[in-house]
Amino acid sequence: MSHLDALPPWVAVTVAVLVLLGALFAFVGSLGLLRLKNFYQRVHAPTLGTTLGTFFMLAASITCFSVLHARPIFNEVLIGVFLTLTTPITLMLLVRAALYRDREEGSQDVPQLTSKD
Amino acid sequence: MIRRWLPHPLLSALLLLIWLIFNQSLAPGTVLLGIAFGIALGRMFDLLDPPKARLRHYPLLLRLFARVVLDIVRSNLAVARIVLFGKRPMRSGFVAIPLQLTDRYGLAVLSCIITSTPGTIWVSYDSSANILLIHVLDLVDEAGWIDSIKQRYERPLLEIFQ
Repeated sequence: MSHLDALPPWVAVTVAVLVLLGALFAFVGSLGLLRLKNFYQRVHAPTLGTTLGTFFMLAASITCFSVLHARPIFNEVLIGVFLTLTTPITLMLLVRAALYRDREEGSQDVPQLTSKD
Repeated sequence: MIRRWLPHPLLSALLLLIWLIFNQSLAPGTVLLGIAFGIALGRMFDLLDPPKARLRHYPLLLRLFARVVLDIVRSNLAVARIVLFGKRPMRSGFVAIPLQLTDRYGLAVLSCIITSTPGTIWVSYDSSANILLIHVLDLVDEAGWIDSIKQRYERPLLEIFQ
């Protein structure tokens, strides 16, 4: 977009703050991947990026383009909806794969099979 | 007749809504195409022979949504604090939760809630014993977690879906 100069200053500041907040949460989530100790702890961290990180990014995008086009533009909402619906699938696959491996290796740190999984 | 063309009216309406939001337009052509998609995909979904879903208590659904949003914000901050400043040895672990909820759709929503809230992930669900296994990042009090998930999320979902 080359019309970014058309943004009034207060909108530009709001958008910038929102983008930075979103980036901050995504960053902390990625940092968690580095700092947490084991696989099961690490897999928690990226959800920061898929929740509040995404939320602030989308809010910034909605604010920016709604003001630029002078009408409400909110198709970004769909990104949030689909991300929320699909994140559990990937996470579950990863965690269950790890759990399967740990159980196969006879690790004592993971719960054993109840009846069937 | 209506049943034949609209076996899943809610799904068809949602698809139309998604289509309209996607296109950001209410032009007659867009609406018509959206209706066609809604009907066609609704009938296609019916071919999969999905289990029946019954939604009740729409106000409760809204309250649950507000609660989940609040919890997501709170646990985002909690997990961010752990990642940035967590120095003390943290105990994380698995928690097995006996569930009453058996409705497939209710369980799907519960899995979205649990994974969307940073700090908890859905690990596996044993459908014969109806036991859900989750992993909690900062596990201080196991009974407290079981209680809060059952009270905060499972109870409203039971009322909405079963």
